[in-house]
Amino acid sequence: MRAALHLAILLLLPPLLPGIVNRVKAAFAGRRGPPVLQLYFDLWKLVRKGAVYSTATTWIFRAGPVVTVAALLVAGLLLPFGGGLPGPAAFAGDVVLFAYLLGAGRFATVLAALDTGSSFEGMGASREVTFAALAEPALFLSIAGLALARGTLSWTTMLSGQMPAWHSFGPAFAMLIGALFLVALAENSRIPFDDPNTHLELTMVHEVMVLDHSGPDFAFILYGASIKLFLLGAIVVRLALPFAASIPAHVALFLAGMIVFAVIVGVVESTFARLRMNRIPQILVAAGVFAALAMAVILIRVNG
Amino acid sequence: MTNVALDIALILALLLGVTSLGTSRIGAAIRYFWMQAAAVAMVPLLIETRSGGLSVHAWVLFAATMVLKVWGVPYFLNRSVREASVRTEVEPLIGFGVSLMLGAGLVGLSFALARQLPLPQRPASDLLIPVAFSLLMIGLLLIVSRSKAVTQVVGYLVMENGIFLFGLLLIDVFPYLIELGVLLDLFVAVFVMGIVIFHINRAFDHIDSHQLDTLKD
Repeated sequence: MRAALHLAILLLLPPLLPGIVNRVKAAFAGRRGPPVLQLYFDLWKLVRKGAVYSTATTWIFRAGPVVTVAALLVAGLLLPFGGGLPGPAAFAGDVVLFAYLLGAGRFATVLAALDTGSSFEGMGASREVTFAALAEPALFLSIAGLALARGTLSWTTMLSGQMPAWHSFGPAFAMLIGALFLVALAENSRIPFDDPNTHLELTMVHEVMVLDHSGPDFAFILYGASIKLFLLGAIVVRLALPFAASIPAHVALFLAGMIVFAVIVGVVESTFARLRMNRIPQILVAAGVFAALAMAVILIRVNG
Repeated sequence: MTNVALDIALILALLLGVTSLGTSRIGAAIRYFWMQAAAVAMVPLLIETRSGGLSVHAWVLFAATMVLKVWGVPYFLNRSVREASVRTEVEPLIGFGVSLMLGAGLVGLSFALARQLPLPQRPASDLLIPVAFSLLMIGLLLIVSRSKAVTQVVGYLVMENGIFLFGLLLIDVFPYLIELGVLLDLFVAVFVMGIVIFHINRAFDHIDSHQLDTLKD
């Protein structure tokens, strides 16, 4: 029952987040904005269309979006949603698999981009992996800090029950949330790291790689991007709301938290300017430093 | 039971110290310094709140730090920045990203070091000594890795904040000594550095200390 609910949330709700983000951004700009369900309409439109393939591409290009979405869905199976819905496929050590599934998804997208043979897409791929390589230490240091605090290596046990967060690890958890939020923004190519709406050649990062995908392939790309935002958001939300409650209350709390997360992302996108390209690594290093400091504090509390 | 407010003040001081390693603007570095000083100024009050009543000494330390470090020193530094018209640290010896990473390493080292240290009495918070060490090291790193005299002064002041935190360890035993040390030390340091900066500026029209290495007669 809980596994079914988990699966339903994982499959159906992610496209809602970009809708909320866009509504918030529109509100900041004084517009009404597209419907919250816009991404569902877009996906439905795209899957009914045919796909166009360049003669330069091979099966790698066609496999890219599918592998990305598959990797992200499996990663979603490892992650608990809130405190009430444990990951259906959770096992000890799944945090490492989770991080590498995100990496595998990105790898497939990058390969597909390179497979087109376009130098422009190659440039985007190069930028994407550069920033991802810097975001990964921050993610792993955050995971290590959490693992130390909870004494476990599984997302489900790490994020379930009454978390010891706010009394003994308070500032450390605040820093972890900050670091993971930055990682979530960077991994999902949101402002201030990358603008998902821009199509200016000089500054595009993630969007460059998916220019050649069309129809159902592009639908998979968009769907995968929304799942990624949802998964990283789910970790941040659970850390920010470390309460223990009954299962329905947990689910309600989690969904409300995700909506607030999307609103915060929207507010960040509306109020921050995009960073200059050479400033991005610095901010990602700062996120890693945040996570490292949090780990140091947790280490002292756990052993001392 | 740990004191959450004390933890937050200490971590804030540490974060602001690390952040000041990553900024290229001298004005921002000064701002990070006075915010850090404000966080550090809260610490004696928070330590005393934890152990019961607030003594006069804690208030004196708090007020003196606020007036000197949060208002006085930044005012003075900002003036010398304005007079020398140097706004950014153009060529640091160690890049900003690298100094951030080095800073994180030094903080880790401080946390490891602090656990080895035999202390006369249990500190008010298990973060007090690590953070004090970290600020010392971050300050030193700022001093050795930056080329502008003002940023080096900021590095010294960050170090001074660390020494202040270290001194708080003994606040119950020697309150007067700590007060005296804190105030005198800072006063002399800023005085001397102010004179030095002013004279570099007057004599050479800039405050890049590396130009001093290449003096010829």
